[in-house]
Amino acid sequence: MSEFNINTAVDFCGIPMKNPVTVASGTFGSGMEYSDLVDLNVLGAVTTKGVANHPWAGNPTPRVAETKSGMLNAIGLQNPGIDTFIERDLAFLKQYDTRVIVNVCGHSEEEYVDVVERLADTDVDLLEINISCPNVKEGGIAFGQDPKQAMAITKAVKTKAKQPIIMKLSPNVTDIAEMARACEAGGADAVSLINTLTGMKIDIHRRTFALANKTGGMSGPAVHPIAVRMVYQVAQAVNIPIIGMGGIASTEDAIEMILAGATMVSVGTANFFDPTITQKIVAGIEDYMRKYQIADIRDLIGAVR
Amino acid sequence: MQKTEEMATVLEQQALGSNIFDLKLKAPQIAKLAKAGQFVSVYPNRADKLLPRPISLCGFDPKEGSLRLVYRVTGEHTGTEEFSRLQAGDTIRLLGPLGNGFTVEPGKKAILVGGGIGVPPMLELAKQIKAQQLCEQTIVMGYRDANTFLLDEFEQVATTVVSSDDGAVGTKGTAIDAILANHVTGDVIYACGPKPMLRALRDYARAKGMRCFVSMEERMACGIGACLACVCQSTHEDGHSNVKNKRVCADGPVFDAEEIEL
Repeated sequence: MSEFNINTAVDFCGIPMKNPVTVASGTFGSGMEYSDLVDLNVLGAVTTKGVANHPWAGNPTPRVAETKSGMLNAIGLQNPGIDTFIERDLAFLKQYDTRVIVNVCGHSEEEYVDVVERLADTDVDLLEINISCPNVKEGGIAFGQDPKQAMAITKAVKTKAKQPIIMKLSPNVTDIAEMARACEAGGADAVSLINTLTGMKIDIHRRTFALANKTGGMSGPAVHPIAVRMVYQVAQAVNIPIIGMGGIASTEDAIEMILAGATMVSVGTANFFDPTITQKIVAGIEDYMRKYQIADIRDLIGAVR
Repeated sequence: MQKTEEMATVLEQQALGSNIFDLKLKAPQIAKLAKAGQFVSVYPNRADKLLPRPISLCGFDPKEGSLRLVYRVTGEHTGTEEFSRLQAGDTIRLLGPLGNGFTVEPGKKAILVGGGIGVPPMLELAKQIKAQQLCEQTIVMGYRDANTFLLDEFEQVATTVVSSDDGAVGTKGTAIDAILANHVTGDVIYACGPKPMLRALRDYARAKGMRCFVSMEERMACGIGACLACVCQSTHEDGHSNVKNKRVCADGPVFDAEEIEL
Protein backbone atom coordinates (compact mmCIF):
# COMPACT_ATOMS: atom_id res chain seq x y z
CA MET A 1 0.00 0.00 0.00
CA SER A 2 0.89 3.64 -0.04
CA GLU A 3 3.96 4.82 1.83
CA PHE A 4 2.53 8.31 2.05
CA ASN A 5 3.05 9.59 5.60
CA ILE A 6 0.23 11.39 7.30
CA ASN A 7 -0.17 13.30 10.54
CA THR A 8 -3.55 13.05 12.23
CA ALA A 9 -2.41 14.64 15.49
CA VAL A 10 -3.81 18.01 16.47
CA ASP A 11 -3.00 20.43 19.23
CA PHE A 12 -6.10 21.45 21.13
CA CYS A 13 -5.60 24.32 23.58
CA GLY A 14 -2.01 23.17 24.06
CA ILE A 15 -3.02 19.53 24.62
CA PRO A 16 -1.67 17.17 21.96
CA MET A 17 -4.31 14.77 20.64
CA LYS A 18 -3.30 11.73 18.59
CA ASN A 19 -6.27 12.36 16.33
CA PRO A 20 -9.23 14.76 16.30
CA VAL A 21 -11.90 12.22 17.23
CA THR A 22 -13.75 12.26 20.54
CA VAL A 23 -17.28 11.43 21.65
CA ALA A 24 -20.19 13.73 22.44
CA SER A 25 -20.94 14.04 26.13
CA GLY A 26 -23.75 11.82 27.34
CA THR A 27 -23.60 9.26 24.55
CA PHE A 28 -20.62 7.30 25.83
CA GLY A 29 -20.83 7.38 29.64
CA SER A 30 -17.24 7.51 30.82
CA GLY A 31 -16.26 4.90 28.27
CA MET A 32 -16.63 1.92 30.59
CA GLU A 33 -19.70 0.42 28.94
CA TYR A 34 -18.15 0.74 25.47
CA SER A 35 -14.69 -0.47 26.46
CA ASP A 36 -15.29 -4.13 25.53
CA LEU A 37 -16.45 -3.03 22.06
CA VAL A 38 -14.18 -0.05 21.33
CA ASP A 39 -10.43 0.25 21.98
CA LEU A 40 -10.46 3.53 23.89
CA ASN A 41 -6.74 3.94 23.16
CA VAL A 42 -7.66 4.64 19.55
CA LEU A 43 -9.62 7.79 20.37
CA GLY A 44 -8.06 11.23 20.52
CA ALA A 45 -10.07 11.92 23.66
CA VAL A 46 -13.03 10.63 25.63
CA THR A 47 -15.53 13.29 26.60
CA THR A 48 -17.47 12.18 29.66
CA LYS A 49 -21.12 12.40 30.52
CA GLY A 50 -21.88 15.65 32.35
CA VAL A 51 -20.95 15.63 36.02
CA ALA A 52 -22.25 17.93 38.75
CA ASN A 53 -21.07 18.61 42.30
CA HIS A 54 -23.64 16.16 43.67
CA PRO A 55 -25.69 13.28 42.18
CA TRP A 56 -28.58 14.27 39.91
CA ALA A 57 -31.54 11.92 39.40
CA GLY A 58 -32.51 13.22 35.95
CA ASN A 59 -35.96 13.23 34.38
CA PRO A 60 -38.84 10.71 34.44
CA THR A 61 -39.08 8.12 31.65
CA PRO A 62 -39.61 7.82 28.72
CA ARG A 63 -36.40 9.75 28.24
CA VAL A 64 -35.78 8.98 24.57
CA ALA A 65 -37.77 8.79 21.35
CA GLU A 66 -36.72 8.03 17.81
CA THR A 67 -37.42 10.52 15.04
CA LYS A 68 -36.65 10.24 11.34
CA SER A 69 -32.85 10.07 11.05
CA GLY A 70 -32.67 11.44 14.55
CA MET A 71 -33.75 11.08 18.11
CA LEU A 72 -34.90 13.12 21.06
CA ASN A 73 -33.53 12.76 24.53
CA ALA A 74 -34.44 14.26 27.86
CA ILE A 75 -32.20 12.35 30.23
CA GLY A 76 -31.87 15.40 32.46
CA LEU A 77 -28.16 14.98 33.22
CA GLN A 78 -28.46 12.07 35.60
CA ASN A 79 -24.99 11.69 37.07
CA PRO A 80 -23.28 10.22 40.13
CA GLY A 81 -21.70 13.47 41.33
CA ILE A 82 -18.07 14.51 41.27
CA ASP A 83 -16.83 12.29 44.12
CA THR A 84 -17.88 9.00 42.53
CA PHE A 85 -16.82 10.37 39.17
CA ILE A 86 -13.25 10.98 40.31
CA GLU A 87 -12.94 7.72 42.25
CA ARG A 88 -14.50 5.44 39.68
CA ASP A 89 -14.88 6.99 36.22
CA LEU A 90 -11.73 9.07 36.06
CA ALA A 91 -9.65 6.27 37.57
CA PHE A 92 -11.05 3.97 34.89
CA LEU A 93 -10.26 6.35 32.03
CA LYS A 94 -6.71 6.98 33.20
CA GLN A 95 -5.87 3.35 32.39
CA TYR A 96 -6.07 4.28 28.72
CA ASP A 97 -3.84 6.23 26.41
CA THR A 98 -6.45 8.83 25.51
CA ARG A 99 -7.15 12.39 26.61
CA VAL A 100 -9.93 13.04 29.09
CA ILE A 101 -12.39 15.88 28.59
CA VAL A 102 -14.81 16.19 31.51
CA ASN A 103 -18.20 17.69 30.80
CA VAL A 104 -19.25 19.87 33.74
CA CYS A 105 -22.84 20.76 34.60
CA GLY A 106 -24.50 22.78 37.33
CA HIS A 107 -27.67 24.60 38.36
CA SER A 108 -25.81 27.76 39.31
CA GLU A 109 -22.47 29.48 38.88
CA GLU A 110 -21.42 28.15 42.30
CA GLU A 111 -22.18 24.58 41.31
CA TYR A 112 -20.16 24.80 38.07
CA VAL A 113 -17.25 26.40 39.93
CA ASP A 114 -17.44 23.75 42.63
CA VAL A 115 -16.94 20.96 40.08
CA VAL A 116 -14.17 22.85 38.32
CA GLU A 117 -12.33 23.32 41.63
CA ARG A 118 -12.72 19.65 42.52
CA LEU A 119 -11.16 18.72 39.17
CA ALA A 120 -8.37 21.33 39.33
CA ASP A 121 -5.77 18.98 40.81
CA THR A 122 -6.86 15.83 39.00
CA ASP A 123 -5.33 14.30 35.92
CA VAL A 124 -8.00 15.66 33.57
CA ASP A 125 -6.92 17.27 30.32
CA LEU A 126 -9.74 19.65 29.50
CA LEU A 127 -13.09 20.77 30.91
CA GLU A 128 -16.16 21.22 28.78
CA ILE A 129 -18.69 23.50 30.45
CA ASN A 130 -22.23 22.52 29.57
CA ILE A 131 -24.21 25.74 29.32
CA SER A 132 -26.54 24.31 26.75
CA CYS A 133 -28.50 21.34 28.07
CA PRO A 134 -32.12 21.91 27.05
CA ASN A 135 -33.45 19.34 29.51
CA VAL A 136 -32.81 20.85 32.92
CA LYS A 137 -34.85 23.70 34.31
CA GLU A 138 -32.19 25.71 36.11
CA GLY A 139 -28.68 26.35 34.92
CA GLY A 140 -27.75 24.54 31.76
CA ILE A 141 -29.25 26.37 28.87
CA ALA A 142 -30.15 29.50 30.87
CA PHE A 143 -26.46 30.39 30.66
CA GLY A 144 -26.27 29.34 27.04
CA GLN A 145 -28.90 31.62 25.55
CA ASP A 146 -27.74 34.97 26.91
CA PRO A 147 -24.32 36.27 25.83
CA LYS A 148 -23.85 38.27 29.04
CA GLN A 149 -24.52 35.24 31.23
CA ALA A 150 -22.34 33.07 29.02
CA MET A 151 -19.47 35.51 29.39
CA ALA A 152 -19.98 35.75 33.15
CA ILE A 153 -19.98 31.99 33.70
CA THR A 154 -16.93 31.62 31.47
CA LYS A 155 -15.04 34.20 33.55
CA ALA A 156 -16.12 32.59 36.82
CA VAL A 157 -15.00 29.16 35.70
CA LYS A 158 -11.74 30.44 34.22
CA THR A 159 -10.62 32.02 37.49
CA LYS A 160 -10.69 28.61 39.22
CA ALA A 161 -9.84 26.19 36.43
CA LYS A 162 -6.40 24.71 36.03
CA GLN A 163 -7.32 23.00 32.76
CA PRO A 164 -8.29 24.66 29.49
CA ILE A 165 -12.00 25.50 29.31
CA ILE A 166 -14.29 24.56 26.43
CA MET A 167 -17.69 26.24 26.49
CA LYS A 168 -20.38 24.00 24.96
CA LEU A 169 -22.83 26.06 22.95
CA SER A 170 -26.52 25.66 22.27
CA PRO A 171 -27.95 25.86 18.77
CA ASN A 172 -31.20 27.13 20.27
CA VAL A 173 -30.18 30.77 19.83
CA THR A 174 -30.66 33.44 17.18
CA ASP A 175 -26.96 34.06 16.64
CA ILE A 176 -24.53 31.35 17.72
CA ALA A 177 -21.54 33.43 16.58
CA GLU A 178 -22.47 36.08 19.15
CA MET A 179 -22.54 33.40 21.88
CA ALA A 180 -19.13 32.13 20.79
CA ARG A 181 -17.70 35.66 20.83
CA ALA A 182 -19.09 36.20 24.34
CA CYS A 183 -17.36 33.03 25.56
CA GLU A 184 -14.12 34.03 23.87
CA ALA A 185 -14.33 37.46 25.49
CA GLY A 186 -14.88 35.73 28.84
CA GLY A 187 -11.63 33.86 28.42
CA ALA A 188 -12.77 30.53 27.00
CA ASP A 189 -9.97 28.46 25.53
CA ALA A 190 -12.30 26.73 23.07
CA VAL A 191 -15.94 26.21 22.18
CA SER A 192 -17.81 23.03 21.30
CA LEU A 193 -20.99 22.91 19.27
CA ILE A 194 -23.71 22.03 18.71
CA ASN A 195 -25.61 20.70 21.69
CA THR A 196 -29.04 19.30 20.81
CA LEU A 197 -31.90 21.23 19.21
CA THR A 198 -35.04 21.44 21.29
CA GLY A 199 -37.75 19.29 19.76
CA MET A 200 -41.00 17.51 20.50
CA LYS A 201 -42.68 14.30 19.44
CA ILE A 202 -46.29 13.36 20.01
CA ASP A 203 -47.49 9.76 20.16
CA ILE A 204 -50.69 9.90 18.10
CA HIS A 205 -51.86 6.48 19.26
CA ARG A 206 -51.68 7.29 22.96
CA ARG A 207 -52.32 11.02 22.32
CA THR A 208 -49.55 12.05 24.63
CA PHE A 209 -46.00 13.34 24.46
CA ALA A 210 -43.42 10.73 23.48
CA LEU A 211 -41.13 12.04 26.23
CA ALA A 212 -42.19 12.47 29.85
CA ASN A 213 -40.38 15.83 29.77
CA LYS A 214 -42.58 16.86 26.78
CA THR A 215 -39.59 18.39 24.97
CA GLY A 216 -36.18 16.91 24.37
CA GLY A 217 -32.91 17.55 22.62
CA MET A 218 -32.79 16.44 19.02
CA SER A 219 -29.65 14.82 17.67
CA GLY A 220 -28.56 12.43 14.97
CA PRO A 221 -27.85 12.66 11.23
CA ALA A 222 -30.89 14.89 10.66
CA VAL A 223 -29.21 17.81 12.47
CA HIS A 224 -25.81 17.49 10.78
CA PRO A 225 -26.23 20.25 8.15
CA ILE A 226 -27.33 22.68 10.87
CA ALA A 227 -24.25 21.80 12.90
CA VAL A 228 -21.93 22.25 9.90
CA ARG A 229 -23.43 25.66 9.22
CA MET A 230 -23.03 26.75 12.84
CA VAL A 231 -19.45 25.46 13.14
CA TYR A 232 -18.63 27.39 10.00
CA GLN A 233 -20.23 30.59 11.36
CA VAL A 234 -18.41 30.28 14.68
CA ALA A 235 -15.10 29.54 12.95
CA GLN A 236 -15.44 32.83 11.10
CA ALA A 237 -16.29 34.69 14.32
CA VAL A 238 -13.68 33.57 16.85
CA ASN A 239 -9.99 32.73 17.05
CA ILE A 240 -10.26 29.91 19.59
CA PRO A 241 -10.46 26.28 18.44
CA ILE A 242 -13.73 24.40 17.97
CA ILE A 243 -14.93 20.89 18.71
CA GLY A 244 -17.54 20.27 16.03
CA MET A 245 -20.41 17.89 16.66
CA GLY A 246 -23.97 17.28 15.57
CA GLY A 247 -25.06 14.22 13.66
CA ILE A 248 -21.61 12.94 12.76
CA ALA A 249 -22.22 9.37 11.63
CA SER A 250 -19.46 8.73 9.10
CA THR A 251 -15.95 9.70 8.06
CA GLU A 252 -17.45 12.04 5.48
CA ASP A 253 -19.44 13.86 8.15
CA ALA A 254 -16.33 14.25 10.32
CA ILE A 255 -14.23 15.60 7.43
CA GLU A 256 -17.02 18.02 6.54
CA MET A 257 -17.01 19.35 10.08
CA ILE A 258 -13.22 19.79 10.05
CA LEU A 259 -13.36 21.59 6.71
CA ALA A 260 -16.01 23.89 8.18
CA GLY A 261 -13.58 24.89 10.92
CA ALA A 262 -13.52 22.26 13.67
CA THR A 263 -10.15 21.23 15.11
CA MET A 264 -11.75 18.21 16.78
CA VAL A 265 -14.97 16.31 16.15
CA SER A 266 -17.32 14.50 18.52
CA VAL A 267 -19.36 11.47 17.61
CA GLY A 268 -22.58 11.23 19.60
CA THR A 269 -25.86 9.61 18.63
CA ALA A 270 -24.08 7.42 16.06
CA ASN A 271 -22.59 5.43 18.96
CA PHE A 272 -26.11 4.15 19.60
CA PHE A 273 -26.58 2.59 16.19
CA ASP A 274 -22.97 1.63 15.58
CA PRO A 275 -21.05 1.14 18.83
CA THR A 276 -17.68 0.99 17.05
CA ILE A 277 -18.30 4.00 14.76
CA THR A 278 -15.60 6.08 16.49
CA GLN A 279 -12.86 3.61 15.53
CA LYS A 280 -14.19 3.46 11.98
CA ILE A 281 -14.05 7.25 11.71
CA VAL A 282 -10.47 7.38 13.04
CA ALA A 283 -9.45 4.87 10.37
CA GLY A 284 -11.61 6.56 7.75
CA ILE A 285 -9.94 9.93 8.28
CA GLU A 286 -6.56 8.29 7.60
CA ASP A 287 -7.91 6.70 4.42
CA TYR A 288 -9.30 10.03 3.27
CA MET A 289 -5.97 11.76 3.85
CA ARG A 290 -4.09 9.10 1.90
CA LYS A 291 -6.62 9.19 -0.92
CA TYR A 292 -6.25 12.95 -1.35
CA GLN A 293 -2.53 13.03 -0.42
CA ILE A 294 -3.10 15.31 2.56
CA ALA A 295 0.00 15.06 4.74
CA ASP A 296 -1.29 16.97 7.74
CA ILE A 297 -4.82 17.03 9.07
CA ARG A 298 -4.26 20.58 10.24
CA ASP A 299 -4.34 21.62 6.59
CA LEU A 300 -7.99 20.58 6.51
CA ILE A 301 -9.17 22.63 9.48
CA GLY A 302 -11.37 25.44 8.20
CA ALA A 303 -10.04 24.86 4.70
CA VAL A 304 -13.39 25.66 3.12
CA ARG A 305 -14.15 29.33 3.41
CA MET B 1 -21.18 -8.88 31.29
CA GLN B 2 -19.59 -9.98 28.03
CA LYS B 3 -21.23 -8.73 24.85
CA THR B 4 -20.41 -8.74 21.18
CA GLU B 5 -21.57 -7.20 17.92
CA GLU B 6 -22.48 -9.83 15.37
CA MET B 7 -23.93 -9.90 11.87
CA ALA B 8 -26.61 -12.57 12.12
CA THR B 9 -27.98 -14.58 9.22
CA VAL B 10 -31.67 -15.39 9.12
CA LEU B 11 -32.29 -19.15 9.22
CA GLU B 12 -36.07 -18.94 9.06
CA GLN B 13 -38.98 -16.75 10.01
CA GLN B 14 -42.66 -17.47 10.44
CA ALA B 15 -45.73 -15.64 11.70
CA LEU B 16 -47.32 -16.90 14.92
CA GLY B 17 -50.75 -15.44 14.38
CA SER B 18 -51.37 -11.76 13.80
CA ASN B 19 -48.42 -9.43 14.39
CA ILE B 20 -46.30 -11.97 16.27
CA PHE B 21 -43.21 -13.27 14.48
CA ASP B 22 -40.80 -16.08 15.21
CA LEU B 23 -37.32 -15.35 13.89
CA LYS B 24 -34.51 -17.86 13.99
CA LEU B 25 -31.02 -16.47 13.49
CA LYS B 26 -27.51 -17.85 13.11
CA ALA B 27 -25.42 -15.86 15.59
CA PRO B 28 -22.91 -18.27 17.14
CA GLN B 29 -20.94 -15.77 19.23
CA ILE B 30 -24.01 -14.41 20.99
CA ALA B 31 -25.59 -17.87 21.31
CA LYS B 32 -22.46 -19.06 23.11
CA LEU B 33 -22.75 -16.32 25.77
CA ALA B 34 -26.52 -16.14 26.19
CA LYS B 35 -28.55 -16.69 29.36
CA ALA B 36 -32.34 -16.97 29.75
CA GLY B 37 -33.89 -13.54 30.32
CA GLN B 38 -31.24 -11.64 28.40
CA PHE B 39 -31.96 -9.65 25.25
CA VAL B 40 -30.26 -8.49 22.07
CA SER B 41 -30.21 -5.10 20.41
CA VAL B 42 -31.43 -5.53 16.85
CA TYR B 43 -30.35 -2.77 14.46
CA PRO B 44 -32.76 -1.85 11.68
CA ASN B 45 -31.18 -1.80 8.23
CA ARG B 46 -33.03 1.39 7.33
CA ALA B 47 -30.66 4.29 7.89
CA ASP B 48 -33.39 6.64 9.13
CA LYS B 49 -34.08 4.33 12.07
CA LEU B 50 -31.26 5.00 14.46
CA LEU B 51 -32.03 3.13 17.61
CA PRO B 52 -31.57 -0.58 18.16
CA ARG B 53 -34.71 -2.52 19.11
CA PRO B 54 -34.25 -4.50 22.31
CA ILE B 55 -35.77 -7.96 21.83
CA SER B 56 -35.69 -10.70 24.45
CA LEU B 57 -34.23 -14.10 23.70
CA CYS B 58 -37.02 -16.66 23.35
CA GLY B 59 -34.41 -19.33 22.86
CA PHE B 60 -30.82 -20.06 21.97
CA ASP B 61 -28.75 -23.08 21.09
CA PRO B 62 -24.99 -22.72 21.61
CA LYS B 63 -24.30 -25.99 19.76
CA GLU B 64 -26.26 -24.91 16.72
CA GLY B 65 -25.10 -21.29 17.12
CA SER B 66 -28.67 -20.06 16.85
CA LEU B 67 -30.94 -17.53 18.51
CA ARG B 68 -34.70 -17.36 18.50
CA LEU B 69 -36.54 -14.05 18.77
CA VAL B 70 -40.31 -13.95 19.11
CA TYR B 71 -41.54 -10.37 18.85
CA ARG B 72 -44.58 -8.24 18.12
CA VAL B 73 -44.74 -5.86 15.18
CA THR B 74 -45.61 -2.58 16.84
CA GLY B 75 -47.10 -0.81 13.85
CA GLU B 76 -46.64 0.31 10.28
CA HIS B 77 -43.27 1.74 9.27
CA THR B 78 -41.65 0.50 12.47
CA GLY B 79 -38.35 -1.29 12.95
CA THR B 80 -40.16 -4.46 13.97
CA GLU B 81 -42.19 -4.32 10.75
CA GLU B 82 -38.88 -4.22 8.87
CA PHE B 83 -37.68 -7.26 10.82
CA SER B 84 -40.89 -9.15 10.01
CA ARG B 85 -39.97 -9.05 6.31
CA LEU B 86 -36.61 -10.75 6.83
CA GLN B 87 -36.23 -14.03 4.98
CA ALA B 88 -33.82 -16.95 5.16
CA GLY B 89 -30.36 -15.81 4.06
CA ASP B 90 -30.92 -12.13 4.93
CA THR B 91 -28.58 -10.55 7.44
CA ILE B 92 -29.29 -8.35 10.45
CA ARG B 93 -26.88 -6.74 12.88
CA LEU B 94 -27.09 -7.61 16.58
CA LEU B 95 -25.42 -6.58 19.80
CA GLY B 96 -25.66 -8.99 22.67
CA PRO B 97 -26.30 -10.77 24.81
CA LEU B 98 -27.37 -7.82 26.95
CA GLY B 99 -28.75 -7.49 30.45
CA ASN B 100 -28.51 -9.78 33.43
CA GLY B 101 -31.06 -12.52 32.72
CA PHE B 102 -32.88 -14.67 35.27
CA THR B 103 -31.07 -16.36 38.14
CA VAL B 104 -33.09 -19.33 39.37
CA GLU B 105 -33.11 -20.23 43.05
CA PRO B 106 -32.45 -23.98 43.00
CA GLY B 107 -34.95 -26.16 44.83
CA LYS B 108 -37.48 -23.36 45.26
CA LYS B 109 -40.72 -24.20 43.50
CA ALA B 110 -41.09 -21.73 40.65
CA ILE B 111 -44.08 -20.04 39.07
CA LEU B 112 -43.16 -18.68 35.65
CA VAL B 113 -45.49 -15.94 34.45
CA GLY B 114 -45.54 -14.39 30.99
CA GLY B 115 -47.98 -11.76 29.82
CA GLY B 116 -48.46 -10.52 26.24
CA ILE B 117 -45.13 -9.99 24.54
CA GLY B 118 -43.52 -10.92 27.87
CA VAL B 119 -44.36 -14.55 27.08
CA PRO B 120 -41.35 -15.40 24.84
CA PRO B 121 -38.42 -15.01 27.29
CA MET B 122 -40.13 -17.35 29.76
CA LEU B 123 -39.87 -20.25 27.32
CA GLU B 124 -36.09 -20.47 27.46
CA LEU B 125 -36.19 -20.11 31.25
CA ALA B 126 -38.70 -22.95 31.52
CA LYS B 127 -36.54 -25.14 29.28
CA GLN B 128 -33.40 -24.41 31.29
CA ILE B 129 -35.15 -25.15 34.58
CA LYS B 130 -36.29 -28.49 33.20
CA ALA B 131 -33.02 -29.44 31.52
CA GLN B 132 -30.93 -28.60 34.57
CA GLN B 133 -33.57 -29.94 36.98
CA LEU B 134 -33.28 -26.76 39.01
CA CYS B 135 -36.69 -26.88 40.65
CA GLU B 136 -40.35 -27.76 40.19
CA GLN B 137 -42.20 -25.28 38.02
CA THR B 138 -45.68 -24.25 36.95
CA ILE B 139 -46.15 -21.98 33.96
CA VAL B 140 -48.81 -19.27 33.79
CA MET B 141 -49.35 -17.55 30.48
CA GLY B 142 -51.51 -14.46 30.04
CA TYR B 143 -52.71 -13.81 26.50
CA ARG B 144 -54.82 -11.04 24.98
CA ASP B 145 -57.05 -13.40 23.01
CA ALA B 146 -57.14 -16.76 21.26
CA ASN B 147 -53.70 -16.23 19.71
CA THR B 148 -51.89 -18.38 22.25
CA PHE B 149 -48.49 -18.23 20.60
CA LEU B 150 -45.87 -20.63 22.01
CA LEU B 151 -48.43 -22.26 24.33
CA ASP B 152 -47.92 -25.74 22.84
CA GLU B 153 -44.19 -25.43 23.52
CA PHE B 154 -44.72 -24.40 27.14
CA GLU B 155 -47.07 -27.34 27.63
CA GLN B 156 -44.31 -29.71 26.51
CA VAL B 157 -42.01 -28.38 29.26
CA ALA B 158 -44.25 -28.20 32.32
CA THR B 159 -47.81 -27.85 33.60
CA THR B 160 -49.18 -24.68 32.04
CA VAL B 161 -52.27 -22.66 32.89
CA VAL B 162 -53.61 -19.83 30.77
CA SER B 163 -55.59 -16.65 31.04
CA SER B 164 -56.88 -14.40 28.29
CA ASP B 165 -58.21 -10.86 28.43
CA ASP B 166 -61.31 -11.79 26.45
CA GLY B 167 -61.86 -15.24 27.95
CA ALA B 168 -61.27 -16.98 24.61
CA VAL B 169 -58.90 -19.45 26.28
CA GLY B 170 -58.28 -20.42 29.88
CA THR B 171 -59.37 -18.19 32.72
CA LYS B 172 -60.93 -14.90 31.66
CA GLY B 173 -58.81 -12.09 33.09
CA THR B 174 -55.20 -11.74 34.07
CA ALA B 175 -52.39 -14.12 34.93
CA ILE B 176 -53.24 -13.59 38.61
CA ASP B 177 -56.80 -14.80 37.90
CA ALA B 178 -55.32 -17.94 36.33
CA ILE B 179 -53.07 -18.50 39.35
CA LEU B 180 -56.06 -18.24 41.70
CA ALA B 181 -58.47 -20.26 39.57
CA ASN B 182 -55.96 -23.10 39.20
CA HIS B 183 -54.64 -22.95 42.79
CA VAL B 184 -51.08 -22.56 41.52
CA THR B 185 -48.58 -22.53 44.36
CA GLY B 186 -44.86 -21.94 44.58
CA ASP B 187 -41.98 -20.27 46.42
CA VAL B 188 -40.70 -17.86 43.78
CA ILE B 189 -42.30 -15.98 40.89
CA TYR B 190 -40.33 -15.22 37.72
CA ALA B 191 -42.26 -12.89 35.43
CA CYS B 192 -42.14 -10.83 32.27
CA GLY B 193 -45.02 -8.76 30.95
CA PRO B 194 -46.89 -5.47 31.22
CA LYS B 195 -46.28 -3.32 34.29
CA PRO B 196 -49.79 -3.72 35.79
CA MET B 197 -49.29 -7.50 35.69
CA LEU B 198 -45.88 -7.24 37.33
CA ARG B 199 -47.29 -4.93 39.99
CA ALA B 200 -50.11 -7.39 40.74
CA LEU B 201 -47.64 -10.25 40.96
CA ARG B 202 -45.42 -8.31 43.34
CA ASP B 203 -48.42 -7.63 45.59
CA TYR B 204 -49.48 -11.27 45.38
CA ALA B 205 -45.97 -12.46 46.23
CA ARG B 206 -45.79 -10.02 49.15
CA ALA B 207 -49.09 -11.27 50.55
CA LYS B 208 -47.91 -14.88 50.25
CA GLY B 209 -44.37 -14.23 51.50
CA MET B 210 -42.86 -15.30 48.18
CA ARG B 211 -39.95 -13.78 46.29
CA CYS B 212 -40.75 -12.24 42.94
CA PHE B 213 -38.36 -11.48 40.07
CA VAL B 214 -39.63 -9.32 37.23
CA SER B 215 -38.22 -8.47 33.82
CA MET B 216 -38.74 -4.79 33.01
CA GLU B 217 -39.16 -2.90 29.78
CA GLU B 218 -38.28 0.73 29.04
CA ARG B 219 -37.39 2.86 26.03
CA MET B 220 -33.68 2.35 25.35
CA ALA B 221 -31.03 4.04 23.25
CA CYS B 222 -27.54 2.55 23.69
CA GLY B 223 -28.73 -0.73 25.27
CA ILE B 224 -25.49 -1.14 27.23
CA GLY B 225 -25.81 1.16 30.25
CA ALA B 226 -24.07 4.28 28.97
CA CYS B 227 -26.83 6.72 28.00
CA LEU B 228 -29.10 6.39 31.06
CA ALA B 229 -32.28 6.49 28.97
CA CYS B 230 -33.93 3.32 30.26
CA VAL B 231 -33.90 3.77 34.01
CA CYS B 232 -36.53 2.54 36.43
CA GLN B 233 -36.95 3.87 39.93
CA SER B 234 -35.34 1.76 42.60
CA THR B 235 -36.08 1.53 46.29
CA HIS B 236 -32.41 2.03 47.22
CA GLU B 237 -29.58 4.08 45.77
CA ASP B 238 -28.31 2.61 42.54
CA GLY B 239 -24.67 1.69 42.14
CA HIS B 240 -24.15 3.79 39.03
CA SER B 241 -25.41 7.31 39.73
CA ASN B 242 -25.98 7.27 43.50
CA VAL B 243 -29.64 8.16 42.96
CA LYS B 244 -32.59 5.78 42.84
CA ASN B 245 -32.49 4.88 39.18
CA LYS B 246 -31.51 1.42 38.04
CA ARG B 247 -30.62 0.94 34.38
CA VAL B 248 -33.04 -1.56 32.85
CA CYS B 249 -30.56 -2.53 30.11
CA ALA B 250 -27.49 -3.02 32.28
CA ASP B 251 -28.65 -3.54 35.89
CA GLY B 252 -31.72 -5.48 34.68
CA PRO B 253 -33.89 -6.22 32.86
CA VAL B 254 -34.55 -8.72 35.68
CA PHE B 255 -34.98 -7.22 39.14
CA ASP B 256 -36.20 -8.42 42.49
CA ALA B 257 -39.65 -6.80 42.53
CA GLU B 258 -38.84 -5.30 45.95
CA GLU B 259 -35.77 -3.42 44.67
CA ILE B 260 -37.71 -1.32 42.16
CA GLU B 261 -40.78 0.94 42.21
CA LEU B 262 -43.40 -0.75 40.07
